Amino acid sequence: MYGFEALTFNIHGGYLEAIVRGYRSGLLTAADYNNLCQCETLDDIKMHLSATEYGPYLQNEPSPLHTTTIVEKCTLKLVDEYKHMLAQATEPLSTFLEYITYGHMIDNVVLIVTGTLHERDVQELLEKCHPLGMFDSIATLAVAQNMRELYRLVLVDTPLAPYFSECITSEDLDDMNIEIMRNTLYKAYLEDFYRFCQKLGGATAEIMSDLLAFEADRRAVNITINSIGTELTRDDRRKLYSNFGLLYPYGHEELAVCEDIDQVRAAMEKYPPYQSIFSKLSYGESQMLDKAFYEEEVKRLCLAFEQQFHYGVFFAYMRLREQEIRNLMWISECVAQNQKSRVHDSVVFIF
Amino acid sequence: MEYIDRLPAMDLMRSEKMMLVQLIIPVESAHRAVSYLGELGLLQFRDLNDDKSPFQRTFVNQVKRCAEMSRKLRFIKEQIHKAGLTPSPSPAPQPDIDLEELEIQLEEHEHGLIEMNANSEKLQQTYNELLEFKMVLQKAGDFLLSTGSHVATQETELAENIHVNDDYAETSSLLEQVGSNFQEMLPGPSNQTGVRFISGIICKSKVLRFERMLFRTTRGNMLFNQAPTDDQILDPATNELVEKIVFVVFFSGEQARVKILKICEAFGANCYPVAEDTIRRRQITREVLSHLSDLETTLEAGLRHRDKALISIGFHLAKWMNMVRREKAVYDTLNMLNFDVTKKCLVGEGWCPIFAKTKIQEALQRATTDSNSQVGVIFHVMHSVESPPTYFKTNHLTNAYQEIVDAYGVAKYQEANPAVYTIITFPFLFAVMFGDWGHGICLLLGALFLIAREKKLGSQKLGSFMEMLFGGRYVLLLMSLFSIYCGLIYNEFFSVPFHIFGNSAYRCRDTTCSDSRSVGLVKYQDTYPFGVDPSWRGSRSELPFLNSLKMKMSILFGIAQMNLGIILSYFNARYFGNSLDIKYQFVPQMIFLNSLFGYLSLLIIIKWCSGSQADLYHVMIYMFLSPFEDLGENKLFWGQNVLQVILLLLAVIAVPWMLFPKPFILKRLHTE
Repeated sequence: MYGFEALTFNIHGGYLEAIVRGYRSGLLTAADYNNLCQCETLDDIKMHLSATEYGPYLQNEPSPLHTTTIVEKCTLKLVDEYKHMLAQATEPLSTFLEYITYGHMIDNVVLIVTGTLHERDVQELLEKCHPLGMFDSIATLAVAQNMRELYRLVLVDTPLAPYFSECITSEDLDDMNIEIMRNTLYKAYLEDFYRFCQKLGGATAEIMSDLLAFEADRRAVNITINSIGTELTRDDRRKLYSNFGLLYPYGHEELAVCEDIDQVRAAMEKYPPYQSIFSKLSYGESQMLDKAFYEEEVKRLCLAFEQQFHYGVFFAYMRLREQEIRNLMWISECVAQNQKSRVHDSVVFIF
Repeated sequence: MEYIDRLPAMDLMRSEKMMLVQLIIPVESAHRAVSYLGELGLLQFRDLNDDKSPFQRTFVNQVKRCAEMSRKLRFIKEQIHKAGLTPSPSPAPQPDIDLEELEIQLEEHEHGLIEMNANSEKLQQTYNELLEFKMVLQKAGDFLLSTGSHVATQETELAENIHVNDDYAETSSLLEQVGSNFQEMLPGPSNQTGVRFISGIICKSKVLRFERMLFRTTRGNMLFNQAPTDDQILDPATNELVEKIVFVVFFSGEQARVKILKICEAFGANCYPVAEDTIRRRQITREVLSHLSDLETTLEAGLRHRDKALISIGFHLAKWMNMVRREKAVYDTLNMLNFDVTKKCLVGEGWCPIFAKTKIQEALQRATTDSNSQVGVIFHVMHSVESPPTYFKTNHLTNAYQEIVDAYGVAKYQEANPAVYTIITFPFLFAVMFGDWGHGICLLLGALFLIAREKKLGSQKLGSFMEMLFGGRYVLLLMSLFSIYCGLIYNEFFSVPFHIFGNSAYRCRDTTCSDSRSVGLVKYQDTYPFGVDPSWRGSRSELPFLNSLKMKMSILFGIAQMNLGIILSYFNARYFGNSLDIKYQFVPQMIFLNSLFGYLSLLIIIKWCSGSQADLYHVMIYMFLSPFEDLGENKLFWGQNVLQVILLLLAVIAVPWMLFPKPFILKRLHTE
């Protein structure tokens, strides 16, 4: 019954919800970002971050810092928090937490396969993978030559196995196919996650459906924009759109036939939530679209914390942390390359 | 009342008088001045640069340097810990060292350590590889020997096998096939076609997945043999011993070889070529063994060198860490001062107790002369409107109690300090609950031990539990003394009563003592001189008697302590000149408390002294429910009825007197 979670949620989920809310209060605020944007060197950034919750992770790094080190340590903090939560969770929360990482697994798989295609060293690629998406036999992805082998050798053991039914072909892997594979996998993952949340019911279903619908719609727009001018046919494009979300099914029909950005904009402006995003952009511009989408996402994620007794807070926290790490990476890069004027181009404030 | 004002000032009763001072320090003596003031520990600086972020402050570079140095020291400490050594202070006295020199030395040490570590890691890698090679040679040799001999016994059956092979091709075991292939191969070189093998070594944790992956890649056309190694191998990255497993994979075909090699690389398995010929294998093993012993000696030499370097650094480590921490604190304090660039001096504000004025001025004077500065430090008192911080001058004994009281809340400036009374009441109330002179003696011995070893234990670093006990050693001492006293009163020595103060006052009427279970013993002597009579223990009415005794005693103690608290509030109000508090808070509080609970205490004492059997519960409850009713057998003294009614009326009046006038008067004063 929706509305009565307060009676029973705390039995299993109370401790972790308190923990995740505690983590959330440690997210960097606008004041922190302002201070960080005024830093001159990476050492200043390190000094400022050691006053925040990232302190213990950065204090043992020797002085000439690299931006990759900062990002690595911050990601390490996120991974530690995630593992702590996963270790303390019971069903169905533990499955929910694992679902959050499947997206990273897909990204890692694609990274290794692409890297192998371009003849890179496996160990080097492994270091670039996102730690949350690691699984045991990931290194052996380098051996596979086509998708069927990929599935049979490695992915059948992983949680990604059920997502492969739609995209097994015997063609050899090349860049285009890999991208299609990535998007097909992600579509199957989103739909699976959506079904899982619906099954959980209650406040979780409602909040997660909203967040996942936004994710699906955003991916649809990105796929459309990225495939304008490529060899991807309209049918193929339509197959990559998810089966839920605000744009399903009529928006997808319109997006599938778009050939440039203005047509995309015209298609999206029929939906009020996305109209506000597109109204911020002037005609013909697509660089700010990413930032606009991130801002909208952050707004919705913060709203998820307003309600209690649901699992959406965990998903929202992980996404907000990832956004924060993206912000830190952008700021560090701008400072390292002495282009501080462009700092505000891509930083999304969370609070 | 003037008598109270003329009493000498009690140091601990109210916090020290503080004054706000301003220091104007010339830049060259700033560092020394702050470090001498820090050693004195009697000045609390106010942060004048509140609005600036950490890296906009003046001395940010120095703070960064100190942070770097402490990072290097932490790194060295970790290295010492990993090498399994314990740092101990050097027996010889060391010369004092300057901060810049320390920085240079630390840089050198860190570089040296990193280099040594890198070298020994490389050596360790090579050593590990050779060790693995040796193990692979041993175990793989066993596999090849066994298949070879297996094949030899099958040679005689070869003829039948070949016919049978055609019919039973699907069901013949892989081993037989391999065996037959092998013995076909043995005469000729085995490199071109047919079955080949790859031998290597892999971590035990990955071996199952590895086997499964190999099975899948080659679609089952392979034979996997594995055997665990005898020793464990030291992994240089994590510095732990891991178990490894030697494996041999038999397969056929060139494509399979490529795939298997890729999988080995992906799983981090190291492959080593093993010659099939036994004699050649033995030769290689001998070479490897000699190499290994060479490397061992080199490695050990390297480790010894590193350990020596670490030990020599370890002598100074504690001192250096202290120094760096102190420097960082000095620079943090310097960051709190205002830097006046035009006048080339630093301005700082802080609170200090009035009695410390001369000491501070002395320290500042010393700083000026030590830094050869022309201008002295200007030190003058400022006027302030805000409330000063609270500072209590404590010594060993009172420190523990002050900390206990501060844990509940720090007193406002110059408010009466409950720690003065807590010194006695806290251990005493503990003892009322503990009440056993046998256990009290044990506690006393423990406390005396801690106090006797004060100096030695104070300089060591103790675990968190021992630190708590050591910090409270005087509390424990008083607790034990009072416990012995209370134990004697309760007459319990490890819960056994003793006849210390003479014979019991009770005895049985006859030798069978049957009345101990019926009417009770008879009292034939005067009451036991001190403490509870030993006959009570084990009797049937022990609990009603003792419980009643302890409950009533606790009520008396509690009400006395509550009265003490209210009287302290009177002294506070008097000190701060707050007559409103006295008239509308202290007086009604005293009336309310004493007319109800003070009356109860009076009844308890009268009941004890007179031996009456009145039921005090009944008296108190019916005082409220039906105050005009006759008391009957619960009457303890003449006029009790009238007194009860008066007290009840007083209590009822006191409540609105306590709650209502003060807020209205304060509001009126505020709006004026």
